[in-house]
Amino acid sequence: MHELSITKQIVAICEDFAGKHSASKVTKINLVVGEATGYIAESIRFYFDILAKDSICKDAKITLETVKPLLLCTSCQQYFERVPFSFDCPLCGGQGEPTEIGREFYVKSIEIEE
Amino acid sequence: MEHTEVTVMEDIFERNDKIALETNQALSERGIFTVNIMGAPGVGKTTFLVRLIQLLAKPAFVIEGDIESDIDTKKLLDLGIAALQLNTGGACHLESTIIADAVKTVSLENGYLFIENIGNLVCPAEFIIGEHIKLLISTVTEGSDKPYKYPLAFEKADVIIINKADLSAYVDFDEAYFIKGIQALNKNAPIFKVSAKTGEGFGEVAAWITEQAKQINSSIKK
Ligand SMILES: Nc1nc2c(ncn2[C@@H]2O[C@H](COP(=O)(O)OP(=O)(O)O)[C@@H](O)[C@H]2O)c(=O)[nH]1
Ligand SMILES: [Mg+2]
Ligand SMILES: [Zn+2]
Repeated sequence: MHELSITKQIVAICEDFAGKHSASKVTKINLVVGEATGYIAESIRFYFDILAKDSICKDAKITLETVKPLLLCTSCQQYFERVPFSFDCPLCGGQGEPTEIGREFYVKSIEIEE
Repeated sequence: MEHTEVTVMEDIFERNDKIALETNQALSERGIFTVNIMGAPGVGKTTFLVRLIQLLAKPAFVIEGDIESDIDTKKLLDLGIAALQLNTGGACHLESTIIADAVKTVSLENGYLFIENIGNLVCPAEFIIGEHIKLLISTVTEGSDKPYKYPLAFEKADVIIINKADLSAYVDFDEAYFIKGIQALNKNAPIFKVSAKTGEGFGEVAAWITEQAKQINSSIKK
Protein backbone atom coordinates (compact mmCIF):
# COMPACT_ATOMS: atom_id res chain seq x y z
CA MET A 1 0.00 0.00 0.00
CA HIS A 2 1.00 3.57 -0.45
CA GLU A 3 0.23 5.19 2.86
CA LEU A 4 3.52 7.10 2.67
CA SER A 5 2.65 9.13 -0.41
CA ILE A 6 -0.95 9.53 0.75
CA THR A 7 0.15 10.79 4.15
CA LYS A 8 2.45 13.33 2.46
CA GLN A 9 -0.63 14.68 0.67
CA ILE A 10 -2.57 14.86 3.93
CA VAL A 11 0.20 16.88 5.57
CA ALA A 12 0.47 19.17 2.51
CA ILE A 13 -3.28 19.84 2.45
CA CYS A 14 -3.37 20.58 6.18
CA GLU A 15 -0.34 22.89 5.97
CA ASP A 16 -2.01 24.83 3.15
CA PHE A 17 -5.26 25.34 4.99
CA ALA A 18 -3.51 26.13 8.27
CA GLY A 19 -1.43 28.75 6.43
CA LYS A 20 -4.50 30.31 4.85
CA HIS A 21 -6.05 30.71 8.29
CA SER A 22 -2.84 31.99 9.91
CA ALA A 23 -2.84 29.10 12.36
CA SER A 24 0.05 28.59 14.74
CA LYS A 25 -0.76 24.93 15.20
CA VAL A 26 -2.98 22.15 13.80
CA THR A 27 -4.39 20.15 16.70
CA LYS A 28 -6.72 17.75 14.93
CA ILE A 29 -7.20 16.36 11.40
CA ASN A 30 -10.54 14.82 10.48
CA LEU A 31 -10.36 12.37 7.56
CA VAL A 32 -13.14 10.55 5.73
CA VAL A 33 -11.97 7.22 4.31
CA GLY A 34 -14.05 4.76 2.31
CA GLU A 35 -13.23 1.16 3.13
CA ALA A 36 -12.88 0.31 -0.58
CA THR A 37 -9.71 2.39 -0.67
CA GLY A 38 -7.98 -0.17 1.54
CA TYR A 39 -6.05 2.40 3.57
CA ILE A 40 -4.90 1.29 6.95
CA ALA A 41 -5.39 3.85 9.69
CA GLU A 42 -2.44 2.55 11.68
CA SER A 43 -0.05 3.05 8.80
CA ILE A 44 -1.33 6.57 8.12
CA ARG A 45 -0.70 7.42 11.78
CA PHE A 46 2.75 5.82 11.65
CA TYR A 47 3.87 7.85 8.64
CA PHE A 48 2.14 10.94 9.94
CA ASP A 49 4.27 10.99 13.09
CA ILE A 50 7.41 10.92 10.94
CA LEU A 51 6.30 13.33 8.23
CA ALA A 52 4.65 15.90 10.48
CA LYS A 53 7.58 16.03 12.90
CA ASP A 54 8.87 19.36 11.61
CA SER A 55 5.56 20.83 10.50
CA ILE A 56 2.75 22.87 11.93
CA CYS A 57 0.78 19.58 12.14
CA LYS A 58 3.15 18.00 14.68
CA ASP A 59 1.23 16.07 17.37
CA ALA A 60 -2.13 16.67 15.68
CA LYS A 61 -4.73 14.04 16.50
CA ILE A 62 -6.05 12.15 13.45
CA THR A 63 -9.64 10.94 13.38
CA LEU A 64 -10.91 8.62 10.67
CA GLU A 65 -14.54 8.40 9.70
CA THR A 66 -14.92 5.21 7.65
CA VAL A 67 -17.57 4.49 5.01
CA LYS A 68 -18.69 0.98 4.02
CA PRO A 69 -18.70 0.37 0.25
CA LEU A 70 -22.13 -0.10 -1.33
CA LEU A 71 -23.17 -1.44 -4.72
CA LEU A 72 -26.40 -0.47 -6.45
CA CYS A 73 -28.69 -3.21 -7.78
CA THR A 74 -29.55 -2.61 -11.44
CA SER A 75 -32.81 -4.59 -10.99
CA CYS A 76 -34.38 -3.50 -7.68
CA GLN A 77 -32.41 -0.23 -7.28
CA GLN A 78 -31.41 -1.02 -3.68
CA TYR A 79 -27.97 -0.26 -2.29
CA PHE A 80 -26.27 -3.28 -0.75
CA GLU A 81 -22.96 -4.50 0.72
CA ARG A 82 -21.39 -7.11 -1.53
CA VAL A 83 -20.58 -10.63 -0.46
CA PRO A 84 -17.10 -11.90 -1.43
CA PHE A 85 -16.66 -13.27 -4.98
CA SER A 86 -19.96 -11.88 -6.20
CA PHE A 87 -21.51 -8.60 -7.32
CA ASP A 88 -25.07 -9.95 -7.22
CA CYS A 89 -27.81 -8.34 -5.15
CA PRO A 90 -28.60 -10.37 -2.00
CA LEU A 91 -32.21 -9.13 -2.11
CA CYS A 92 -33.25 -10.06 -5.65
CA GLY A 93 -30.25 -11.71 -7.30
CA GLY A 94 -29.93 -8.84 -9.80
CA GLN A 95 -26.60 -7.49 -11.00
CA GLY A 96 -24.95 -4.90 -8.76
CA GLU A 97 -22.97 -1.99 -10.14
CA PRO A 98 -20.21 0.04 -8.48
CA THR A 99 -21.01 3.33 -6.77
CA GLU A 100 -18.82 6.05 -5.29
CA ILE A 101 -19.97 5.11 -1.79
CA GLY A 102 -17.00 3.62 0.03
CA ARG A 103 -14.35 5.32 -2.11
CA GLU A 104 -14.19 8.61 -0.26
CA PHE A 105 -10.79 9.81 0.75
CA TYR A 106 -10.60 13.41 1.82
CA VAL A 107 -9.62 15.79 4.57
CA LYS A 108 -12.97 16.91 5.95
CA SER A 109 -11.75 19.53 8.40
CA ILE A 110 -8.91 20.53 10.68
CA GLU A 111 -8.83 22.11 14.11
CA ILE A 112 -6.33 24.90 14.57
CA GLU A 113 -4.97 27.24 17.18
CA GLU A 114 -4.62 30.81 16.06
CA MET B 1 -6.17 28.41 23.85
CA GLU B 2 -8.88 29.01 21.22
CA HIS B 3 -9.53 26.04 18.88
CA THR B 4 -11.18 26.76 15.58
CA GLU B 5 -12.52 24.13 13.20
CA VAL B 6 -11.74 24.84 9.54
CA THR B 7 -13.67 23.04 6.81
CA VAL B 8 -11.29 21.55 4.22
CA MET B 9 -13.12 18.99 2.05
CA GLU B 10 -10.11 18.39 -0.17
CA ASP B 11 -9.68 15.04 -1.88
CA ILE B 12 -6.37 13.31 -1.16
CA PHE B 13 -5.96 12.51 -4.87
CA GLU B 14 -6.69 16.04 -6.08
CA ARG B 15 -3.08 17.19 -6.40
CA ASN B 16 -2.03 14.01 -8.20
CA ASP B 17 -4.99 14.28 -10.57
CA LYS B 18 -4.35 17.93 -11.41
CA ILE B 19 -0.79 17.21 -12.55
CA ALA B 20 -1.98 14.15 -14.47
CA LEU B 21 -4.54 16.22 -16.38
CA GLU B 22 -1.88 18.80 -17.28
CA THR B 23 0.37 16.00 -18.55
CA ASN B 24 -2.51 14.57 -20.54
CA GLN B 25 -3.15 17.94 -22.16
CA ALA B 26 0.54 18.36 -23.04
CA LEU B 27 0.68 14.86 -24.52
CA SER B 28 -2.48 15.46 -26.54
CA GLU B 29 -0.97 18.63 -27.99
CA ARG B 30 2.08 16.63 -29.05
CA GLY B 31 -0.18 14.07 -30.72
CA ILE B 32 0.93 11.36 -28.31
CA PHE B 33 -1.75 8.80 -27.45
CA THR B 34 -0.83 7.50 -24.01
CA VAL B 35 -1.68 4.11 -22.58
CA ASN B 36 -1.26 3.17 -18.91
CA ILE B 37 -0.48 -0.57 -18.81
CA MET B 38 -1.60 -2.28 -15.60
CA GLY B 39 -1.40 -5.87 -14.46
CA ALA B 40 0.12 -8.17 -11.85
CA PRO B 41 3.81 -9.12 -12.12
CA GLY B 42 4.47 -11.68 -14.87
CA VAL B 43 1.17 -11.34 -16.75
CA GLY B 44 3.19 -10.39 -19.84
CA LYS B 45 3.04 -6.60 -19.88
CA THR B 46 6.45 -6.23 -21.51
CA THR B 47 5.98 -9.17 -23.89
CA PHE B 48 2.56 -7.78 -24.88
CA LEU B 49 4.08 -4.37 -25.68
CA VAL B 50 6.77 -5.89 -27.89
CA ARG B 51 4.09 -7.68 -29.94
CA LEU B 52 1.71 -4.76 -30.13
CA ILE B 53 4.24 -2.09 -31.08
CA GLN B 54 5.31 -4.11 -34.13
CA LEU B 55 1.75 -3.84 -35.48
CA LEU B 56 1.26 -0.09 -35.02
CA ALA B 57 1.73 2.28 -37.93
CA LYS B 58 3.06 5.18 -35.85
CA PRO B 59 6.21 5.33 -33.70
CA ALA B 60 6.00 4.17 -30.11
CA PHE B 61 7.88 4.88 -26.91
CA VAL B 62 7.81 2.84 -23.68
CA ILE B 63 8.28 4.23 -20.19
CA GLU B 64 9.18 1.29 -17.91
CA GLY B 65 8.02 1.80 -14.36
CA ASP B 66 7.65 -1.80 -13.36
CA ILE B 67 10.86 -2.71 -11.60
CA GLU B 68 14.01 -0.94 -10.60
CA SER B 69 16.21 -3.20 -12.64
CA ASP B 70 16.38 -2.27 -16.30
CA ILE B 71 15.99 -5.82 -17.68
CA ASP B 72 12.72 -4.98 -19.44
CA THR B 73 14.10 -1.71 -20.78
CA LYS B 74 17.22 -3.47 -22.14
CA LYS B 75 15.00 -6.07 -23.80
CA LEU B 76 12.97 -3.32 -25.50
CA LEU B 77 16.02 -1.33 -26.58
CA ASP B 78 17.64 -4.48 -27.99
CA LEU B 79 14.54 -4.93 -30.14
CA GLY B 80 14.85 -1.37 -31.42
CA ILE B 81 11.96 -0.02 -29.32
CA ALA B 82 12.58 3.40 -27.76
CA ALA B 83 12.32 3.06 -23.98
CA LEU B 84 13.12 4.83 -20.76
CA GLN B 85 13.57 3.22 -17.34
CA LEU B 86 12.11 5.04 -14.36
CA ASN B 87 13.70 4.79 -10.98
CA THR B 88 10.71 4.07 -8.80
CA GLY B 89 12.58 2.88 -5.72
CA GLY B 90 10.22 0.17 -4.52
CA ALA B 91 7.01 2.20 -4.92
CA CYS B 92 3.77 0.27 -5.39
CA HIS B 93 2.35 2.48 -8.16
CA LEU B 94 3.35 5.37 -10.41
CA GLU B 95 2.24 8.90 -9.61
CA SER B 96 1.69 11.86 -11.87
CA THR B 97 4.74 13.91 -10.84
CA ILE B 98 7.28 11.29 -11.97
CA ILE B 99 5.47 10.93 -15.31
CA ALA B 100 5.17 14.70 -15.79
CA ASP B 101 8.98 14.93 -15.55
CA ALA B 102 9.62 11.83 -17.64
CA VAL B 103 7.45 12.82 -20.63
CA LYS B 104 9.43 16.06 -21.02
CA THR B 105 12.48 13.96 -21.90
CA VAL B 106 10.63 11.66 -24.31
CA SER B 107 11.57 12.50 -27.88
CA LEU B 108 8.35 11.68 -29.69
CA GLU B 109 5.70 13.59 -31.59
CA ASN B 110 2.63 11.96 -33.11
CA GLY B 111 2.75 8.45 -31.86
CA TYR B 112 2.08 6.14 -28.94
CA LEU B 113 3.41 6.31 -25.43
CA PHE B 114 3.04 3.15 -23.36
CA ILE B 115 3.70 3.40 -19.64
CA GLU B 116 4.25 0.01 -18.01
CA ASN B 117 2.99 0.60 -14.50
CA ILE B 118 4.25 -1.25 -11.45
CA GLY B 119 3.02 -4.87 -11.29
CA ASN B 120 0.23 -4.54 -8.75
CA LEU B 121 -3.53 -4.79 -9.13
CA VAL B 122 -4.49 -2.49 -6.28
CA CYS B 123 -2.59 0.79 -6.14
CA PRO B 124 -2.07 1.79 -9.81
CA ALA B 125 -5.85 1.82 -10.34
CA GLU B 126 -6.22 4.73 -7.90
CA PHE B 127 -3.72 7.10 -9.50
CA ILE B 128 -4.15 8.66 -12.93
CA ILE B 129 -0.78 9.59 -14.39
CA GLY B 130 -1.64 11.41 -17.62
CA GLU B 131 -2.93 8.56 -19.76
CA HIS B 132 -5.66 8.64 -22.40
CA ILE B 133 -6.63 5.05 -21.64
CA LYS B 134 -5.88 2.33 -19.12
CA LEU B 135 -5.14 -1.11 -20.49
CA LEU B 136 -5.40 -3.95 -17.99
CA ILE B 137 -3.72 -7.27 -18.65
CA SER B 138 -4.98 -10.41 -16.93
CA THR B 139 -4.21 -14.01 -17.88
CA VAL B 140 -5.88 -17.39 -18.07
CA THR B 141 -3.30 -18.63 -15.58
CA GLU B 142 -4.14 -16.15 -12.80
CA GLY B 143 -7.55 -17.60 -12.03
CA SER B 144 -10.98 -16.32 -12.96
CA ASP B 145 -11.72 -14.61 -9.65
CA LYS B 146 -9.50 -11.57 -10.35
CA PRO B 147 -12.37 -9.11 -11.11
CA TYR B 148 -13.93 -10.05 -7.76
CA LYS B 149 -10.69 -9.60 -5.84
CA TYR B 150 -9.48 -6.43 -7.56
CA PRO B 151 -12.70 -4.72 -8.71
CA LEU B 152 -11.29 -1.20 -9.02
CA ALA B 153 -8.66 -2.19 -11.61
CA PHE B 154 -11.32 -3.90 -13.75
CA GLU B 155 -13.76 -1.04 -13.33
CA LYS B 156 -11.26 1.67 -14.32
CA ALA B 157 -9.84 -0.19 -17.33
CA ASP B 158 -10.75 1.07 -20.81
CA VAL B 159 -9.71 -2.23 -22.36
CA ILE B 160 -9.06 -5.62 -20.81
CA ILE B 161 -6.64 -8.19 -22.22
CA ILE B 162 -6.74 -11.87 -21.33
CA ASN B 163 -3.20 -12.97 -22.12
CA LYS B 164 -1.57 -16.42 -22.32
CA ALA B 165 -4.47 -17.88 -24.31
CA ASP B 166 -1.96 -20.51 -25.54
CA LEU B 167 -2.06 -22.00 -22.04
CA SER B 168 -5.87 -22.31 -21.87
CA ALA B 169 -5.80 -26.08 -22.34
CA TYR B 170 -3.60 -26.52 -19.27
CA VAL B 171 -5.56 -24.47 -16.74
CA ASP B 172 -9.18 -24.40 -15.59
CA PHE B 173 -9.93 -20.76 -16.31
CA ASP B 174 -13.68 -20.15 -15.85
CA GLU B 175 -14.12 -17.55 -18.56
CA ALA B 176 -17.88 -17.13 -18.03
CA TYR B 177 -17.38 -16.29 -14.33
CA PHE B 178 -14.51 -13.92 -15.18
CA ILE B 179 -16.59 -12.08 -17.81
CA LYS B 180 -19.65 -11.94 -15.55
CA GLY B 181 -17.55 -10.09 -12.97
CA ILE B 182 -16.25 -7.63 -15.55
CA GLN B 183 -19.75 -6.98 -16.90
CA ALA B 184 -20.98 -5.98 -13.46
CA LEU B 185 -18.09 -3.55 -13.04
CA ASN B 186 -17.51 -2.21 -16.50
CA LYS B 187 -20.00 -2.14 -19.36
CA ASN B 188 -17.76 -0.39 -21.89
CA ALA B 189 -14.32 -1.96 -21.94
CA PRO B 190 -13.80 -4.43 -24.77
CA ILE B 191 -12.14 -7.73 -23.80
CA PHE B 192 -9.49 -9.25 -26.08
CA LYS B 193 -8.10 -12.73 -25.62
CA VAL B 194 -4.53 -12.97 -26.87
CA SER B 195 -1.27 -14.82 -26.62
CA ALA B 196 1.81 -12.66 -26.53
CA LYS B 197 3.77 -15.83 -27.12
CA THR B 198 2.12 -16.87 -30.41
CA GLY B 199 0.77 -13.46 -31.48
CA GLU B 200 -2.82 -14.75 -31.55
CA GLY B 201 -5.41 -11.97 -31.24
CA PHE B 202 -3.01 -9.04 -31.67
CA GLY B 203 -4.48 -7.84 -34.98
CA GLU B 204 -7.73 -6.95 -33.23
CA VAL B 205 -5.97 -5.22 -30.34
CA ALA B 206 -3.80 -3.14 -32.70
CA ALA B 207 -6.85 -2.14 -34.75
CA TRP B 208 -8.76 -1.08 -31.63
CA ILE B 209 -5.85 0.98 -30.26
CA THR B 210 -5.32 2.63 -33.66
CA GLU B 211 -9.00 3.61 -33.72
CA GLN B 212 -8.90 5.04 -30.19
CA ALA B 213 -5.82 7.10 -30.99
CA LYS B 214 -7.59 8.64 -34.02
CA GLN B 215 -10.52 9.76 -31.90
CA ILE B 216 -8.23 11.45 -29.39
CA ASN B 217 -6.38 13.29 -32.16
CA SER B 218 -9.56 14.53 -33.79
CA SER B 219 -10.98 15.70 -30.48
CA ILE B 220 -7.83 17.75 -29.75
CA LYS B 221 -8.06 19.65 -33.02
CA LYS B 222 -11.47 21.15 -32.24
N1 LIG C 1 2.94 -19.04 -22.49
C1 LIG C 1 2.95 -17.71 -22.51
N2 LIG C 1 3.89 -17.03 -21.81
C2 LIG C 1 3.86 -15.70 -21.85
C3 LIG C 1 2.89 -14.97 -22.59
N3 LIG C 1 3.12 -13.64 -22.42
C4 LIG C 1 4.20 -13.55 -21.61
N4 LIG C 1 4.66 -14.77 -21.27
C5 LIG C 1 5.80 -15.10 -20.40
O1 LIG C 1 5.50 -14.65 -19.08
C6 LIG C 1 6.68 -14.20 -18.42
C7 LIG C 1 6.50 -12.78 -17.92
O2 LIG C 1 6.37 -11.89 -19.03
P1 LIG C 1 6.69 -10.34 -18.91
O3 LIG C 1 6.35 -9.74 -20.22
O4 LIG C 1 8.06 -10.13 -18.39
O5 LIG C 1 5.63 -9.93 -17.79
P2 LIG C 1 5.47 -8.54 -17.00
O6 LIG C 1 6.09 -8.73 -15.66
O7 LIG C 1 4.00 -8.34 -16.87
O8 LIG C 1 6.12 -7.48 -17.81
C8 LIG C 1 7.80 -14.33 -19.45
O9 LIG C 1 8.48 -15.55 -19.22
C9 LIG C 1 7.06 -14.36 -20.76
O10 LIG C 1 7.76 -15.05 -21.77
C10 LIG C 1 1.90 -15.71 -23.30
O11 LIG C 1 0.99 -15.19 -23.97
N5 LIG C 1 1.97 -17.08 -23.22
MG1 LIG D 1 7.61 -6.03 -17.43
ZN1 LIG E 1 -31.77 -6.21 -6.27
